[in-house]
Amino acid sequence: MITITHYLVLSAILFTLGVIGVLIRRNAIVIFMCVELMLNAVNLSFVAFAHYLNSMQGQLFVFFTMTVAAAEAAVGLAIIVALFRNKETVNIDDMNIMKW
Amino acid sequence: MEVYLFYIVATIAVCTGVYLIFEKNPVFSALYLIQTMVCIAVLYILLEAQFIAAVQMIVYAGAIMVLFLFVIMLLNLNIGQEKKDALPYQKIPAILIGIALFAVLCIVLKSKLLQGKQGEYTTAYINNVGNTKLLGNLLFTDYLLPFEITSVLLFVAAIGAIMLAKRKI
Repeated sequence: MITITHYLVLSAILFTLGVIGVLIRRNAIVIFMCVELMLNAVNLSFVAFAHYLNSMQGQLFVFFTMTVAAAEAAVGLAIIVALFRNKETVNIDDMNIMKW
Repeated sequence: MEVYLFYIVATIAVCTGVYLIFEKNPVFSALYLIQTMVCIAVLYILLEAQFIAAVQMIVYAGAIMVLFLFVIMLLNLNIGQEKKDALPYQKIPAILIGIALFAVLCIVLKSKLLQGKQGEYTTAYINNVGNTKLLGNLLFTDYLLPFEITSVLLFVAAIGAIMLAKRKI
Protein backbone atom coordinates (compact mmCIF):
# COMPACT_ATOMS: atom_id res chain seq x y z
CA MET A 1 0.00 0.00 0.00
CA ILE A 2 1.41 3.34 -1.07
CA THR A 3 0.80 6.05 1.50
CA ILE A 4 1.18 9.81 1.24
CA THR A 5 4.56 9.54 2.99
CA HIS A 6 6.03 7.66 0.03
CA TYR A 7 5.12 10.49 -2.30
CA LEU A 8 6.32 13.18 0.12
CA VAL A 9 9.68 11.45 0.61
CA LEU A 10 10.12 11.14 -3.16
CA SER A 11 9.20 14.81 -3.47
CA ALA A 12 11.74 15.71 -0.76
CA ILE A 13 14.46 13.69 -2.55
CA LEU A 14 13.79 15.42 -5.88
CA PHE A 15 13.71 18.85 -4.20
CA THR A 16 17.03 18.14 -2.46
CA LEU A 17 18.56 17.04 -5.78
CA GLY A 18 17.43 20.33 -7.29
CA VAL A 19 18.98 22.32 -4.43
CA ILE A 20 22.28 20.43 -4.72
CA GLY A 21 22.29 21.02 -8.47
CA VAL A 22 21.76 24.75 -8.02
CA LEU A 23 24.64 24.86 -5.54
CA ILE A 24 27.27 22.79 -7.39
CA ARG A 25 26.69 23.59 -11.07
CA ARG A 26 28.21 26.61 -12.85
CA ASN A 27 26.23 26.50 -16.10
CA ALA A 28 23.31 28.96 -15.92
CA ILE A 29 21.04 26.76 -18.07
CA VAL A 30 21.65 23.68 -15.92
CA ILE A 31 20.96 25.73 -12.78
CA PHE A 32 17.71 26.82 -14.39
CA MET A 33 16.79 23.20 -15.12
CA CYS A 34 17.46 22.33 -11.47
CA VAL A 35 15.00 25.08 -10.47
CA GLU A 36 12.45 23.40 -12.75
CA LEU A 37 13.16 20.09 -10.99
CA MET A 38 12.43 21.75 -7.63
CA LEU A 39 9.14 23.14 -8.99
CA ASN A 40 8.20 19.65 -10.19
CA ALA A 41 8.97 18.17 -6.78
CA VAL A 42 6.68 20.67 -5.06
CA ASN A 43 3.95 19.99 -7.63
CA LEU A 44 4.18 16.28 -6.84
CA SER A 45 3.58 16.91 -3.14
CA PHE A 46 0.65 19.21 -4.01
CA VAL A 47 -1.04 16.47 -6.03
CA ALA A 48 -0.27 13.84 -3.37
CA PHE A 49 -1.92 15.96 -0.69
CA ALA A 50 -4.88 16.67 -2.97
CA HIS A 51 -5.40 12.95 -3.57
CA TYR A 52 -5.05 11.77 0.02
CA LEU A 53 -7.13 14.63 1.50
CA ASN A 54 -9.93 14.22 -1.06
CA SER A 55 -9.51 17.77 -2.25
CA MET A 56 -9.19 19.50 -5.62
CA GLN A 57 -7.30 22.60 -4.52
CA GLY A 58 -3.90 20.95 -4.82
CA GLN A 59 -4.47 20.19 -8.49
CA LEU A 60 -5.60 23.77 -9.13
CA PHE A 61 -2.45 25.09 -7.49
CA VAL A 62 -0.36 22.80 -9.69
CA PHE A 63 -2.14 24.31 -12.66
CA PHE A 64 -1.15 27.82 -11.58
CA THR A 65 2.39 26.72 -10.72
CA MET A 66 2.81 25.36 -14.24
CA THR A 67 1.68 28.67 -15.73
CA VAL A 68 4.16 30.57 -13.59
CA ALA A 69 6.89 28.07 -14.51
CA ALA A 70 6.17 28.56 -18.21
CA ALA A 71 6.39 32.35 -17.85
CA GLU A 72 9.55 32.00 -15.77
CA ALA A 73 11.17 29.72 -18.36
CA ALA A 74 10.43 32.14 -21.20
CA VAL A 75 11.78 35.22 -19.39
CA GLY A 76 14.72 33.39 -17.79
CA LEU A 77 15.91 31.87 -21.06
CA ALA A 78 15.60 35.28 -22.74
CA ILE A 79 17.80 36.73 -19.98
CA ILE A 80 20.35 33.91 -20.48
CA VAL A 81 20.42 34.55 -24.25
CA ALA A 82 20.93 38.30 -23.63
CA LEU A 83 23.74 37.54 -21.17
CA PHE A 84 25.38 35.20 -23.67
CA ARG A 85 25.30 37.95 -26.31
CA ASN A 86 27.16 40.32 -23.98
CA LYS A 87 29.59 37.93 -22.27
CA GLU A 88 29.99 35.01 -24.72
CA THR A 89 29.52 32.58 -21.82
CA VAL A 90 26.80 31.20 -19.55
CA ASN A 91 29.21 30.40 -16.70
CA ILE A 92 27.82 32.20 -13.66
CA ASP A 93 31.32 32.80 -12.21
CA ASP A 94 31.94 35.26 -15.04
CA MET A 95 28.76 37.23 -14.32
CA ASN A 96 30.01 39.33 -11.45
CA ILE A 97 29.56 42.91 -12.67
CA MET A 98 27.07 43.64 -9.86
CA LYS A 99 29.45 42.35 -7.20
CA TRP A 100 31.33 45.53 -6.41
CA MET B 1 0.75 -3.75 -9.08
CA GLU B 2 0.52 -0.07 -8.20
CA VAL B 3 3.14 -0.53 -5.51
CA TYR B 4 5.64 -2.01 -7.98
CA LEU B 5 4.85 0.71 -10.51
CA PHE B 6 5.42 3.40 -7.89
CA TYR B 7 8.78 1.99 -6.85
CA ILE B 8 10.00 1.50 -10.42
CA VAL B 9 8.95 4.99 -11.51
CA ALA B 10 10.30 6.62 -8.34
CA THR B 11 13.66 4.89 -8.80
CA ILE B 12 13.89 6.06 -12.41
CA ALA B 13 12.95 9.61 -11.36
CA VAL B 14 15.63 9.78 -8.67
CA CYS B 15 18.32 8.22 -10.90
CA THR B 16 17.61 10.64 -13.75
CA GLY B 17 17.62 13.51 -11.24
CA VAL B 18 21.10 12.47 -10.09
CA TYR B 19 22.27 12.19 -13.71
CA LEU B 20 20.80 15.64 -14.39
CA ILE B 21 23.05 17.14 -11.72
CA PHE B 22 26.29 15.34 -12.55
CA GLU B 23 26.07 15.27 -16.36
CA LYS B 24 28.65 17.50 -18.05
CA ASN B 25 26.79 17.99 -21.33
CA PRO B 26 23.77 20.34 -20.96
CA VAL B 27 21.87 18.58 -23.77
CA PHE B 28 21.99 15.28 -21.87
CA SER B 29 20.98 17.15 -18.69
CA ALA B 30 17.88 18.44 -20.49
CA LEU B 31 17.03 14.94 -21.76
CA TYR B 32 17.38 13.49 -18.24
CA LEU B 33 15.08 16.25 -16.95
CA ILE B 34 12.50 15.29 -19.58
CA GLN B 35 12.72 11.68 -18.32
CA THR B 36 12.16 12.87 -14.74
CA MET B 37 9.10 14.85 -15.83
CA VAL B 38 7.63 11.85 -17.64
CA CYS B 39 8.10 9.79 -14.45
CA ILE B 40 6.31 12.49 -12.44
CA ALA B 41 3.47 12.44 -15.00
CA VAL B 42 3.12 8.68 -14.42
CA LEU B 43 2.94 9.36 -10.68
CA TYR B 44 0.17 11.92 -11.31
CA ILE B 45 -1.82 9.22 -13.10
CA LEU B 46 -1.26 6.92 -10.10
CA LEU B 47 -2.64 9.75 -7.94
CA GLU B 48 -5.71 10.01 -10.21
CA ALA B 49 -4.89 13.48 -11.50
CA GLN B 50 -5.23 12.65 -15.19
CA PHE B 51 -5.62 16.21 -16.42
CA ILE B 52 -2.54 17.39 -14.53
CA ALA B 53 -0.60 14.43 -15.97
CA ALA B 54 -1.59 15.42 -19.50
CA VAL B 55 -0.68 19.05 -18.87
CA GLN B 56 2.64 17.93 -17.37
CA MET B 57 3.46 16.00 -20.53
CA ILE B 58 2.31 18.70 -22.96
CA VAL B 59 3.48 21.87 -21.21
CA TYR B 60 6.55 20.72 -19.25
CA ALA B 61 8.02 17.84 -21.22
CA GLY B 62 6.72 19.23 -24.50
CA ALA B 63 6.91 23.00 -24.52
CA ILE B 64 9.28 24.13 -21.76
CA MET B 65 11.95 21.49 -22.31
CA VAL B 66 11.91 22.05 -26.08
CA LEU B 67 12.53 25.73 -25.28
CA PHE B 68 15.48 24.69 -23.09
CA LEU B 69 16.95 22.43 -25.77
CA PHE B 70 16.44 25.14 -28.36
CA VAL B 71 18.36 27.69 -26.26
CA ILE B 72 21.16 25.17 -25.51
CA MET B 73 21.63 24.49 -29.21
CA LEU B 74 21.31 28.19 -30.07
CA LEU B 75 24.10 29.15 -27.69
CA ASN B 76 26.53 26.51 -29.03
CA LEU B 77 28.19 25.82 -25.68
CA ASN B 78 31.51 24.04 -25.38
CA ILE B 79 31.24 20.95 -23.23
CA GLY B 80 34.52 21.58 -21.43
CA GLN B 81 33.44 25.04 -20.37
CA GLU B 82 32.86 24.07 -16.76
CA LYS B 83 36.45 22.86 -16.36
CA LYS B 84 37.70 26.16 -14.90
CA ASP B 85 35.74 25.99 -11.67
CA ALA B 86 36.45 29.06 -9.52
CA LEU B 87 35.14 27.44 -6.32
CA PRO B 88 36.01 23.72 -6.48
CA TYR B 89 35.85 23.43 -2.68
CA GLN B 90 32.14 24.35 -2.78
CA LYS B 91 31.01 20.89 -3.97
CA ILE B 92 31.37 18.80 -0.79
CA PRO B 93 29.74 21.36 1.56
CA ALA B 94 26.94 21.83 -0.97
CA ILE B 95 26.17 18.10 -0.97
CA LEU B 96 26.36 18.01 2.84
CA ILE B 97 23.96 20.97 3.08
CA GLY B 98 21.63 19.20 0.66
CA ILE B 99 21.63 16.07 2.84
CA ALA B 100 20.95 18.27 5.89
CA LEU B 101 18.00 19.85 4.07
CA PHE B 102 16.67 16.38 3.26
CA ALA B 103 17.02 15.41 6.94
CA VAL B 104 15.05 18.51 7.99
CA LEU B 105 12.32 17.69 5.45
CA CYS B 106 12.14 14.10 6.76
CA ILE B 107 11.84 15.37 10.35
CA VAL B 108 8.90 17.55 9.26
CA LEU B 109 7.32 14.55 7.54
CA LYS B 110 7.77 12.38 10.64
CA SER B 111 6.09 14.99 12.86
CA LYS B 112 2.33 15.23 13.09
CA LEU B 113 2.24 18.73 11.61
CA LEU B 114 1.05 17.56 8.21
CA GLN B 115 -2.52 16.76 9.14
CA GLY B 116 -5.30 18.23 7.02
CA LYS B 117 -9.06 18.29 6.93
CA GLN B 118 -10.64 15.75 4.59
CA GLY B 119 -12.35 17.42 1.66
CA GLU B 120 -15.50 16.51 -0.21
CA TYR B 121 -13.95 15.32 -3.48
CA THR B 122 -13.61 11.59 -2.88
CA THR B 123 -12.18 9.31 -5.54
CA ALA B 124 -15.60 7.85 -6.36
CA TYR B 125 -17.08 11.33 -6.80
CA ILE B 126 -14.20 12.47 -9.03
CA ASN B 127 -14.44 9.33 -11.15
CA ASN B 128 -18.20 9.81 -11.43
CA VAL B 129 -18.12 13.44 -12.60
CA GLY B 130 -14.71 13.49 -14.27
CA ASN B 131 -11.44 15.00 -13.21
CA THR B 132 -11.21 17.59 -15.98
CA LYS B 133 -14.81 18.72 -15.58
CA LEU B 134 -14.38 19.28 -11.86
CA LEU B 135 -11.16 21.22 -12.40
CA GLY B 136 -12.81 23.38 -15.04
CA ASN B 137 -15.81 24.05 -12.82
CA LEU B 138 -13.60 25.19 -9.95
CA LEU B 139 -11.34 27.19 -12.25
CA PHE B 140 -14.20 29.23 -13.70
CA THR B 141 -16.15 29.75 -10.46
CA ASP B 142 -14.10 29.90 -7.24
CA TYR B 143 -10.74 30.58 -8.87
CA LEU B 144 -11.83 32.94 -11.63
CA LEU B 145 -9.76 35.90 -10.43
CA PRO B 146 -6.43 33.98 -10.19
CA PHE B 147 -7.19 32.48 -13.59
CA GLU B 148 -7.64 35.90 -15.17
CA ILE B 149 -4.53 37.25 -13.43
CA THR B 150 -2.63 34.29 -14.90
CA SER B 151 -3.49 35.52 -18.39
CA VAL B 152 -2.01 38.95 -17.52
CA LEU B 153 1.11 37.18 -16.19
CA LEU B 154 1.57 35.25 -19.43
CA PHE B 155 1.05 38.41 -21.45
CA VAL B 156 3.69 40.27 -19.43
CA ALA B 157 6.08 37.31 -19.76
CA ALA B 158 5.65 37.26 -23.55
CA ILE B 159 6.36 41.01 -23.76
CA GLY B 160 9.35 40.63 -21.44
CA ALA B 161 10.83 37.76 -23.47
CA ILE B 162 10.48 39.72 -26.72
CA MET B 163 12.04 42.84 -25.18
CA LEU B 164 14.97 40.89 -23.72
CA ALA B 165 15.61 39.06 -26.97
CA LYS B 166 16.04 42.28 -28.92
CA ARG B 167 19.50 43.01 -30.30
CA LYS B 168 20.14 46.16 -28.28
CA ILE B 169 19.10 46.32 -24.63
